Amino acid sequence: MAYVAQKENFPGKVFEVTFGTDTKAVFGGQNALPFYAFEGSIPNRPLIAYEIQDITPDDWPEAVSSVYKDVSHDPVAWARFSQDELKAKAIALRLIGTHPDREDRTPAEAAKAVRDVLAVIKVPLIILGSNSIEKDGPVLIAAAEAASGRNCIIGKAQEANYKTIAAAAMANNHKLIAMSELDVNLAKQLNILISQMGLDKERIITDPMCSALGYGIEYTYSVSERIRLAALAQSDPAMQQPMLGDAGMHAWKVKESSAPESDIPAWGPEKERGIAWEAVTAGAVLLAGADILIMRHPEAVSSVEKFIDELMQDGGR
Amino acid sequence: MALSGIEIFKLLPKTNCKKCGHPTCLAFAMKLAQRQASIDLCPDVSEDSKRVLGDAAAPPVRPTVFGAGDNAVKMGEETVLFRHEKKFVNPCALAVEVKDTMQDDEISRILDDVLASGIDRVGQRLKIDAIFAGNASNDPASFEGLVKAVVAKAPDLPLVLSTSNPAAAEAALKIAADKKPILYGADDSNAEAMAKLAKTYKVILGVAAKGPEALSVLTEKIKGFGVEDMVIDHGGRTAAEILEGNVLLRRSAIKKNFKPLGYPVITFAQRDDSMLETLIASLGIAKYSSIVVLSSAERWKNIALFALRQNLYTDPQVPMQVEQKIYSVGEPAPESPLIITTNFSLTFFIVSGEIENSRVASRLAIMDCEGMSVLTAWAAGKFTAPKIAQFILESGIADQMKNKELIIPGYVAIISGALEEKLPGWKITIGPREANALPAFLKNWNK
Ligand code: SF4
Repeated sequence: MAYVAQKENFPGKVFEVTFGTDTKAVFGGQNALPFYAFEGSIPNRPLIAYEIQDITPDDWPEAVSSVYKDVSHDPVAWARFSQDELKAKAIALRLIGTHPDREDRTPAEAAKAVRDVLAVIKVPLIILGSNSIEKDGPVLIAAAEAASGRNCIIGKAQEANYKTIAAAAMANNHKLIAMSELDVNLAKQLNILISQMGLDKERIITDPMCSALGYGIEYTYSVSERIRLAALAQSDPAMQQPMLGDAGMHAWKVKESSAPESDIPAWGPEKERGIAWEAVTAGAVLLAGADILIMRHPEAVSSVEKFIDELMQDGGR
Repeated sequence: MALSGIEIFKLLPKTNCKKCGHPTCLAFAMKLAQRQASIDLCPDVSEDSKRVLGDAAAPPVRPTVFGAGDNAVKMGEETVLFRHEKKFVNPCALAVEVKDTMQDDEISRILDDVLASGIDRVGQRLKIDAIFAGNASNDPASFEGLVKAVVAKAPDLPLVLSTSNPAAAEAALKIAADKKPILYGADDSNAEAMAKLAKTYKVILGVAAKGPEALSVLTEKIKGFGVEDMVIDHGGRTAAEILEGNVLLRRSAIKKNFKPLGYPVITFAQRDDSMLETLIASLGIAKYSSIVVLSSAERWKNIALFALRQNLYTDPQVPMQVEQKIYSVGEPAPESPLIITTNFSLTFFIVSGEIENSRVASRLAIMDCEGMSVLTAWAAGKFTAPKIAQFILESGIADQMKNKELIIPGYVAIISGALEEKLPGWKITIGPREANALPAFLKNWNK
């Protein structure tokens, strides 16, 4: 019996999303499984956005907070640093200060942060709420208005608050992140509900919900694989959205990325461990189908960029 | 791919002699297809048919055990391409490379790292599984020296002996054959000599060729020399090549039951940049490698790879739930706090992790809500005041507590009044909405 290469061609493809105005960024558009360039076309490489916040983070471990110690008090300085020094291709501003459990900043304050950041960057912007179901509505309405005309991505719209946030995206011509909790059917249903409101399905980015390495990443991995298979094999228009991996936030929250080596010598130095935790979390969700990542540590980002370089090197054959 | 009943029937004598205990050959064929009978029951089936049936019934990726004793590593036996279909079976082994061109102290340091790599994580002992000993010098005496040093220092670790020089291979096998190593390095140029060694010393043969097609020809040739156990290398070294080769190999094995490629796959992840190496190894773990070879065993790298391997090789059919009970985080005293949440396993991991971060010993009441998160469970009527009250009362936890106080997730603040009514004598405290606010909350609690 002679060898016959088992290559697969899929009828469906992932929608391509472009955002930004000055320097644009584009992702998605492929008709193959992640990095399977040997049997399909992968026109764009996955995009990594650097995360910044509207208030000084109080829960980032030293290994990553120290990188931003001179700029993290000011979102404008932080945005400039990310774009100019770190060469960020996109920036994700998380308005965490608006959360009722944090500083409970007002939508007007959030809008100002967005305007200020947009004034100093050319790269495209992702605007994220604080993941407060009630507060994200008013905050993102104000933020979306403040960013009107800049073709941003805003989010995250969830089942309980998607109407206001999707309306804000539509009214100001932004793209929208739709997040559901690790469930293929809920992800699909949310995309349907949002497109029924009139938001073009090709303007949605699906967030299947990221999890950290060691803390449920296998769920994110398999849900992402199933979403991507449905997009490619069944051309299901409620599943063809590109996927977001909000990797940095999850990776830097767990014990393994923060516990000092002096506490647990067997785990090795916390700096490399934290960076590896973020890089492997990001790498795993990329292999499962993420098209855009939000990350924190520049060394984790550069390692993942090198990984993508190697994965894409024969791209488009 | 398993054969259908009809396909099996065609291979039987079709005499309906009933000696197999079935009324007809077809009935017997149907039982065989469902794996409820063994072909040995039919005395008249031809040897040829038996071989075809045996091949078809064997797992698509050949089960192979590498190493001896408690540290032996099982490989192969995989049945799917995606883990949501069925559990990935044998976790990818991690091997660290030492070479006979290295200085003794470097070899010694790497072996120390490997021997000290074990950590316990979520009930499993995780470690670097094997040593990959390389004959970079191509000199038999140097290789023999290296293998001696490795065996002296790490006698129980499974070994890969890597050389394409049959003389060096034989020198190493004389020392280490009883450890059931992999002899890696058979290629088109030395296949016969290497196969002979593998057969003589009863070891697994690592076979390398450029691309799946050449590899399939080579494994057939080696099988012809009488070697059954192989580990295969399609020659891909960049991430793109590793992915393509591994996918094509696994698909051939799973979808076509193509035996010449139905062997465990070895992947080389070594990079000068250890962080990038970690990512290349992650690719191997996620995408079908049975062994990944690394250049070092730094502890930070080990734990990241162990966690990924452990996560991806869990059983996806098991629901995302943890058992309903009251867990201790740290060593709670009578005056320690009692916190309740649902049994969604991610909620459990994250909440218990944050309590650990707070270093405030606590009791964590995990309530069975069919694996739903707090808000979903509340909306579905599973995480309600009467149900929470019933769980808390039945648990009898009050007996161990100084003050009857229950901390509920901020997301269900709305039920605190109803809960106070259902739990007379209890104080209901509204905790934070998000787990990451727990450390701050717990540090200030009861202050
Ligand atoms: S023993 Fe063999 S030949 Fe006889 S009925 Fe059974 S299958 Fe057919």
